[in-house]
Amino acid sequence: MSMTNQNYEHIPAEKFAFVQDDQYLHDTELKTKARGFFADALLRFSKNKSSVIAAWILLFLVLYAIFVPVFSQYSVNDKDKLYINYPAFNEKIADLHIGILDGAKTYDSQNDTAMNYWRGIAEETGKNPVIRTVRSHETEVKQRGKMVTRYTYDLEINAYYALGMITRVLSYSEFDKLQEWQNETGIQVIYPYVEPADISGITDNANIWYKCDSKGAAILDDDGNFIPAYSTDPARAGHPYNSIRIPGDDGSYVYSSAKSGAVSVRLNYYNYYIYINGHAPSYLMGTNLMGMDLMCAIGVGARFSIIFAIIVSAINLTIGAVYGAIQGYYGGFIDMALDRISDILSGVPFIVVTTLFQLHLAQKVGVVPSFLFAFVLTGWIGMSALTRKQFYRFKGQEFVMAARTLGASDRRLMFKHIFPNAIGTIITSCALIIPGVISSETSMTYLGIVDLSSFAGTTIGTLLSQGNSSATTAPHAMLWPSLFLGLLMIAFNLFGNGLRDAFNPSTRGVDD
Amino acid sequence: MVKYALQRTFYMIIVFLIITLMCFVLIRMLPQPILPPEDPHTKVIELRREALGYNEPYLVQFALFVKNVVTKFDWGLSEKLYFGQDVWSIFIQKLPASMIINLYSIILSIPIGIAFGIFAALKKNTWVDYTISTLTMVVISVPSFVYAFLIQYIFCYKLGWFPFLMKSGTDWFSWPMFVSMIPAVMSLSFGVIAGFTRTTRAELTEVLTSEFMLLARTKGLTKTQATVRHALRNCFVVIVPGIFGEFIGILGGSLIIERIFSVPGVGGLTLNAINGLDYNIFILSTCFYTAIGLAASIVVDISYGFIDPRIRMGSKK
Repeated sequence: MSMTNQNYEHIPAEKFAFVQDDQYLHDTELKTKARGFFADALLRFSKNKSSVIAAWILLFLVLYAIFVPVFSQYSVNDKDKLYINYPAFNEKIADLHIGILDGAKTYDSQNDTAMNYWRGIAEETGKNPVIRTVRSHETEVKQRGKMVTRYTYDLEINAYYALGMITRVLSYSEFDKLQEWQNETGIQVIYPYVEPADISGITDNANIWYKCDSKGAAILDDDGNFIPAYSTDPARAGHPYNSIRIPGDDGSYVYSSAKSGAVSVRLNYYNYYIYINGHAPSYLMGTNLMGMDLMCAIGVGARFSIIFAIIVSAINLTIGAVYGAIQGYYGGFIDMALDRISDILSGVPFIVVTTLFQLHLAQKVGVVPSFLFAFVLTGWIGMSALTRKQFYRFKGQEFVMAARTLGASDRRLMFKHIFPNAIGTIITSCALIIPGVISSETSMTYLGIVDLSSFAGTTIGTLLSQGNSSATTAPHAMLWPSLFLGLLMIAFNLFGNGLRDAFNPSTRGVDD
Repeated sequence: MVKYALQRTFYMIIVFLIITLMCFVLIRMLPQPILPPEDPHTKVIELRREALGYNEPYLVQFALFVKNVVTKFDWGLSEKLYFGQDVWSIFIQKLPASMIINLYSIILSIPIGIAFGIFAALKKNTWVDYTISTLTMVVISVPSFVYAFLIQYIFCYKLGWFPFLMKSGTDWFSWPMFVSMIPAVMSLSFGVIAGFTRTTRAELTEVLTSEFMLLARTKGLTKTQATVRHALRNCFVVIVPGIFGEFIGILGGSLIIERIFSVPGVGGLTLNAINGLDYNIFILSTCFYTAIGLAASIVVDISYGFIDPRIRMGSKK
């Protein structure tokens, strides 16, 4: 028994077997992946439903600001002179008659004259401006001793079609070019000239092409049809016309009127627009006071606002962090002295700072840099206070002492040891500073203290201020920028709150 | 406590003077407006400029300016907008409109805000709380001109309950004037209500979970008694200074709301002065807004001490 195996020193490896080979080991290293600070914060963030939704909305708005101006048919410099404050419109969707994007404006109490006017436009251009009759009113009126029933109607009118004809003076070459284009595309832009004598001299409205009285009321024939008042006097024509003619023209209608070296013509504005721009008007959010496409203008304005706010926040973050670090790290007299400086700066009202910077610097360095300086002058104070607080919290702790014992310099202690601990708080508050900057920037441009339109094209504040001047007649011009700005603000704030809660779980729910 | 208050006030005056000096010099450095040669006031203003030392160094000018303000309360003459008129008297005319609108707004919104806050805190983590908190969040985030537009469009245009703009005239307390002020008051109130709701809710939820509340319930107080006598009192330590701060703020008015509803107030005057480059009015407005801002912060700080003895004791160290 004792002889069986005495060689304990050279046991072959294959003789060994794990005692617990088929059992579960409880003392192994954790096999799960270590979760870092940021991954942990991200996990906490993704549990906060409202913040996640806000983040998606924010992403959408930012993508809107980046891509809509790029892919839009319009730019902020496309300012239509006639389609001003017009409602949202797209021809293809308007043709579906589903009540959206049909350029509808409501016109109340339209009498017979007005109804004939709309009918006239519909017959001449082939595009009926009347979308639907909202309501009809019946009134009994006494006329020459008899009771007569009068009808008036509340209509929804397509503003784009209702514009109808305009009178333009074109040079001969422009006139020829337009005719060529007509021949190529078959779209009628030039319409026959109307004899002023036949329309009782109403020359200020190009939409009247039928015989009418001095008030513009159409004189109908026995069948209730319009009597055309197109000119057939060849002596009027300013320039030869060799292009398509309107239906019903036997070749005698005159399409232009001589005007000292040029021609005066009646143009169908909708088709003229296609000639000028290469496409039919399609304003998904309507146009504003300047005749800009709102959809594109909002994107351009928001792009500026967001980039500006990010730059301002980054600068303020840097200045504030360094300033607050010095204050918090050194404390004592330096802290007090620097605190007095920030006290004084924070006492100056923002509007005064902005105005003074604009008055002094706008001529020299430009409007945007001087606006930026105004934000930077006082904007870093909040950030420095925050950093200072964090530094006071960490500077007495053991890891700082240990680093100091090892001979780390002040700067190294500040930025390598203490600052990384405070960075979560500082970064997250940055997410809450951005909406603040956007809000002040919008207010300042809204009030007209700063005019950025030559640099940025337009801003949300400028759009709102333009929309506000026609808030009742064209509420959409105010609505869309407001909606965009409101959503942007809410999303940014919710997102910022979620970020803060995720990075500092201890402050959760303190002020939301 | 009195010593602390005096210290703060003294310090505030110094800060105020430094800010005024900075702004004053920056404004005087701008090219002065050219006066209309025909106007009888031009002679007067030129003589005044001579006397105020417009050709002297800026510090001398500032000293003369401060001397005039302190001894004669003379803030100068308007050189553009209200040509030749005394700036201070123009300013005083504009003050009541701003003050009254803000006063109405505060009287309306503070009780509502606090009530919502209490309600939300008591119903914490129920749908009531979530609704109120979300609405608060939305109102605080959205800039005031957005809901000013909504109010103007819905109540003034669609429903036609109120006039579009504030009535002109000085009959501040007549009924038509009151009605014409309502849209502006409403627009101002939203933000204040939301602010107070948020503060009250945050404070009250914190207080309600503290240990003395548990003690209060343990010793037999009903929930209402404990809330009203213990929780609310404690959370007012934070709310009451806020109310004082608001009351100082009523002087300032709101630039945006005043412009939208064309309120003839100091905000509009300031904006006009900026756009019309009327420097004397601008200097006065700057001083005014600075003073309000500083005074509000000081009142808030001191009122903490008056309300809560613990803070008062702390400042004695």
